[in-house]
Amino acid sequence: MPTVNDVCHHVRSKNAGPYWVTFDLFFKDADGFAKYADSPALGPQLIERLFGADPALVKRFSVPSLKVVKISYARSSPQGGMVERDMHCGQQFVRLLDVELGAPVTA
Amino acid sequence: MPGETIRIIVPTGSLGAGALEEEIRYGLSKGAHAIATDAGSTDSGAAYLALGISKNNKGSVKRDLTILMRAGAEAGIPVVIGTSGQAGGDKNLDWTRDIVLEVARELGITPRIALLYSEQDKTTLKTLNGEGRITPLPPLGPLDDATIDACEHIVAAMGPEPYMAALEAGADIILGGRTTDTAVLACFALLHGAPAGPAWHAGKVAECGAQCTVYRDRGSGVLISISQDGFEVEPLTQNNRCDPKSVSAHMLYENSDPFRLTEPGGVLDVTDAVYTPIDDRTVKVTGSVWEPRPYTMKLEGAAASRYQTVMLIGIQDPEVMARVDEFHDKMLGALYHRVHSTIGEAAGDFHISLRMYGWNAVSGDKPPEGTPPPREIGVLFVATADSQEMASQIAKACNPYFFHFPLSMDKELPSYGFAFTPADIDRGPVYEFKLNHVVHVDDPMALVRTEWVDLRKVEAA
Repeated sequence: MPTVNDVCHHVRSKNAGPYWVTFDLFFKDADGFAKYADSPALGPQLIERLFGADPALVKRFSVPSLKVVKISYARSSPQGGMVERDMHCGQQFVRLLDVELGAPVTA
Repeated sequence: MPGETIRIIVPTGSLGAGALEEEIRYGLSKGAHAIATDAGSTDSGAAYLALGISKNNKGSVKRDLTILMRAGAEAGIPVVIGTSGQAGGDKNLDWTRDIVLEVARELGITPRIALLYSEQDKTTLKTLNGEGRITPLPPLGPLDDATIDACEHIVAAMGPEPYMAALEAGADIILGGRTTDTAVLACFALLHGAPAGPAWHAGKVAECGAQCTVYRDRGSGVLISISQDGFEVEPLTQNNRCDPKSVSAHMLYENSDPFRLTEPGGVLDVTDAVYTPIDDRTVKVTGSVWEPRPYTMKLEGAAASRYQTVMLIGIQDPEVMARVDEFHDKMLGALYHRVHSTIGEAAGDFHISLRMYGWNAVSGDKPPEGTPPPREIGVLFVATADSQEMASQIAKACNPYFFHFPLSMDKELPSYGFAFTPADIDRGPVYEFKLNHVVHVDDPMALVRTEWVDLRKVEAA
């Protein structure tokens, strides 16, 4: 079963302001994007499980022109707080790399 | 100028990041009407707003200002700076103002300087909050007075209107407090009749300078050219280029929504934007839409909370390396026990974390079973307490255990590699952003104070 790392050539994470984190998943090709951009495996439950995020505050977008899936979530602990380990959230993408995408999504 | 193309030099992604003289010359040769850049963001955390300090050093900010102010004076075009001094609080702005005055003296120029302050008075904010004019953005809830009081400094992010007013009043240089990056770059074009969709979208694309180009390491800035039917963007360095992908991809950057961007007074919608290469370096963008909305300004407030003291060791001991998680858990338990037994109740609601750099420091998660051991790890000890003195006392209580804690008790006590003496480092308060709210105002100028330093008059006096 392909993982995010198998179908994307670049995955990144970053702050989107102090309270939101955003991921950009750049797919390798149109075929992979068509098959997996809408994968339920990339849904709010994934972000809840990996980051403790409130699934109601997870946003997901497809950007076909760039073959990008964008996922954003509200942080559960404040930027720069007592237990901060990643001030810019630049390393949070790593947890997404091994996520298995499941069966291809057919229209 | 209405009806014409408005050209803005965006010299760098942030003032102090390294403007390039040859790039500015190129921009001027293309007929630029203004130079505009922001000078900060929230990205590096709340400390810069709480302390009123810049992340960039004075030397690099002065260097960039010298280049931009000289070019502005020679070409007779305005230099517009937003979010001065990293956080855009009054202290951050005054720090930048003093550098500008120093540069003006050195260059022998006498600009009219507008200072746009957007730091907010707590009493005013409480009144506005009481009137229901402050509303939360997710994930935060309604604002209370205690949160306002807890903040060291609170700023409201300005839109373009205070800049447009200052330009109209003849400013040669504008130093803004906290402002949306986009507004700083869009203001000149909006003042001179450019359509709002392209003006705002151009501002968004250019906010990080050369980040929207194909070769982001070639050069520092871009030129945006806004006309009635759209805008163009090109790098200021000749051997760099923009293509539709590099330009459109920038909408993703540090933005939770790739299509819609909320700004003071409206929403930029780029869902139907079309990106077309018009030569091998330049991209034209059409179809950007501005949807006017009731005027709101985003509030940012930074608070100092509890205090931390840190210590650091390096470990190469292969037995520890083979059992890092066990070592972490045992040591953390021993440190908590040590504080309870030596300081007791007086320690208050303290917190200790051990961050195993080289193992799982960034995530804090246990690595999967069977993960091969690293050759060495760095262990950062972080104690948090209600006062700096107590955080320091906790670190001192933990010191011998942290530096000499054995994996098993049947051997002589180890000494891990420690880097400093004294071993514990007080790092001061933990700074956090406390607000994620917007304030609804009828007048974009209502929460902004404009001051002027007219060096012509100072010179003449």
